[in-house]
Amino acid sequence: MYHQKYRLIIPFLFPALLLYAVFVLYPYAQSFYVALTDWKGVSANKRFVGLGNFTKLFGDPQFWNALRHNGILLVALPVITLGLALLFAVLFTQGGKGVIGANFYRVVFFFPQVMAVTIVGILWQFVYHPTLGLLNGALRNIGLGSLQRTWLGDDRTALAAVAAVVIWQAVGFYMVLFIAGIQSIPTTFYEAAVIDGANRWTMFWKITLPLLWDNVQVALIYIGIGALDLFTIIQVMTEGGPNRATDVVARYMYSTAFSYAQFGYATAIGVSLLFMTLTLSALTFALTRRERIEF
Amino acid sequence: MSLNPIEPAAPTEAIKTPAPKVRTGSHFTLGDWIFTGVSQVFLVIWALLVIMPLLWMMMTAFKTDLEIFASPWQLPAVPQFSNFVRAWTTASIGKYFVNSIIVVLGSLTLTLLLSSMAAYVLARYEFRGRQLIRYLFMIGLMFPIFLALVPLFFVVRDLHLLSTFHGLILVYTAYSLPFSIFFLTSFFATLPSEVAEAALVDGASHYAIFFRVMLPMARPGLISIGIFNFLGQWNQFILPLVIVPDPERYVLSQGLAFLAIQQGYQNDWSALFAGLTITMLPVIAVYVVFQRRLEQGLTAGALKG
Repeated sequence: MYHQKYRLIIPFLFPALLLYAVFVLYPYAQSFYVALTDWKGVSANKRFVGLGNFTKLFGDPQFWNALRHNGILLVALPVITLGLALLFAVLFTQGGKGVIGANFYRVVFFFPQVMAVTIVGILWQFVYHPTLGLLNGALRNIGLGSLQRTWLGDDRTALAAVAAVVIWQAVGFYMVLFIAGIQSIPTTFYEAAVIDGANRWTMFWKITLPLLWDNVQVALIYIGIGALDLFTIIQVMTEGGPNRATDVVARYMYSTAFSYAQFGYATAIGVSLLFMTLTLSALTFALTRRERIEF
Repeated sequence: MSLNPIEPAAPTEAIKTPAPKVRTGSHFTLGDWIFTGVSQVFLVIWALLVIMPLLWMMMTAFKTDLEIFASPWQLPAVPQFSNFVRAWTTASIGKYFVNSIIVVLGSLTLTLLLSSMAAYVLARYEFRGRQLIRYLFMIGLMFPIFLALVPLFFVVRDLHLLSTFHGLILVYTAYSLPFSIFFLTSFFATLPSEVAEAALVDGASHYAIFFRVMLPMARPGLISIGIFNFLGQWNQFILPLVIVPDPERYVLSQGLAFLAIQQGYQNDWSALFAGLTITMLPVIAVYVVFQRRLEQGLTAGALKG
């Protein structure tokens, strides 16, 4: 009996552990060492430089530039995305069935979530295209031609243009998350509130939001990590340009490694990204902690 | 860190209380009308923002390059089906498509098999080191993938797996394991043990119990995690970008990004739009059919139990 148990445990765990160790754990572990070297890809030339890369990082204006953009997105993305998602979720659960057309809207709004980020990026690149693009075309058609821009080519609009696409894609995901949360709130709470003469506004702030708080907290952490890890959409749409106006830390790291072969330095950027992610998650969790309401 | 999608076992389905019933009477007040009106206007605008770019993409796929530049809103005079042929052959979308299918079929199967075996053992057997192994897999959930990219490239290169299908399959699987195991462990933990115990008494081996009893019982969990991984792996961009330098082996998302740059040089925009449309159609089809399942699969990780 005892031996039969281990004859199952070992072969069942071993393949997963092996793959995971070779392709995930080992690279992660190695990166902490590589970050302390000036490695440029040729194994003989791996010189230990201690915290040198991190000192360099502190004085690197391009790193700060990228980090600043992550910071802006870290504020803008959660506020706008979760605001819209909450609004939609509330509208689609109104009175049990939601507003007229709720099901249709819900299916449409979630759709961008299943599209590949690459495709979303390429598609919107063309929507923003100065001459053949949908957006400028629309502005011309409705007589607002003066508002036309080279949206992604102008460093005043590029970051906002990319952020809008991220929001466009993400809203549906959080909407579904919140809908599920709201649907698990017992109807009786709302019925009682109606009898007490509460309006929609009060019910949202006094019932829906407090009871949805666990979902909001999870959403904040998810979207926060997303804002720090942002890479694909920027790589596809702007490659960090113009003039680094849309550069973010992950993209800066990628080009430092794979365009400039500064593997040691790039990995140090990766390590700092890890610590930022962990700090952010812990902070979000601590700051949004509420007395948990059981229902 | 508490990303913990605790026990995502019985989400949404079980809790379908027909929620907030605000209006009991049938009378509509003025406030209701304003509320309905304003919200409908807002919803229609967002719906247009989602639908318009997609319709525009499909329409543009049928235009000539001249028409594309003439006006973004004009319909094509004659639908150019040849754009699609060019996209599939000359622009290599067909090749990328097949590459993606091979890789994702392989990695999805391997992910489901390995993660369900590991999760089963972690959920239902007591043994030394179990907690340690659980923590090890947690690391993969918390660490950003960017941290691993540089060493990963060299690991894959040293194993001579760069630009190979099996290399990509192994790497996709490895990076899908943490979440899949995490999800399925809590799923297996919630399954009743009576059936398994009865089978054990009847003399079934531990293997037979897993494959004949537990795996079929875990089907809903496997479907959720399967959908989640399918979309994640099909849309994966960063991993192939790093470990597939050979254009012959590009997967779809990577190939399209490459084309977007290339077609710009060659001024063959119509083929690119056709390519985007080809890539989108299967996704739209799957979405229309499995809409609810997809929602559940994608949000599975974040729902509270």
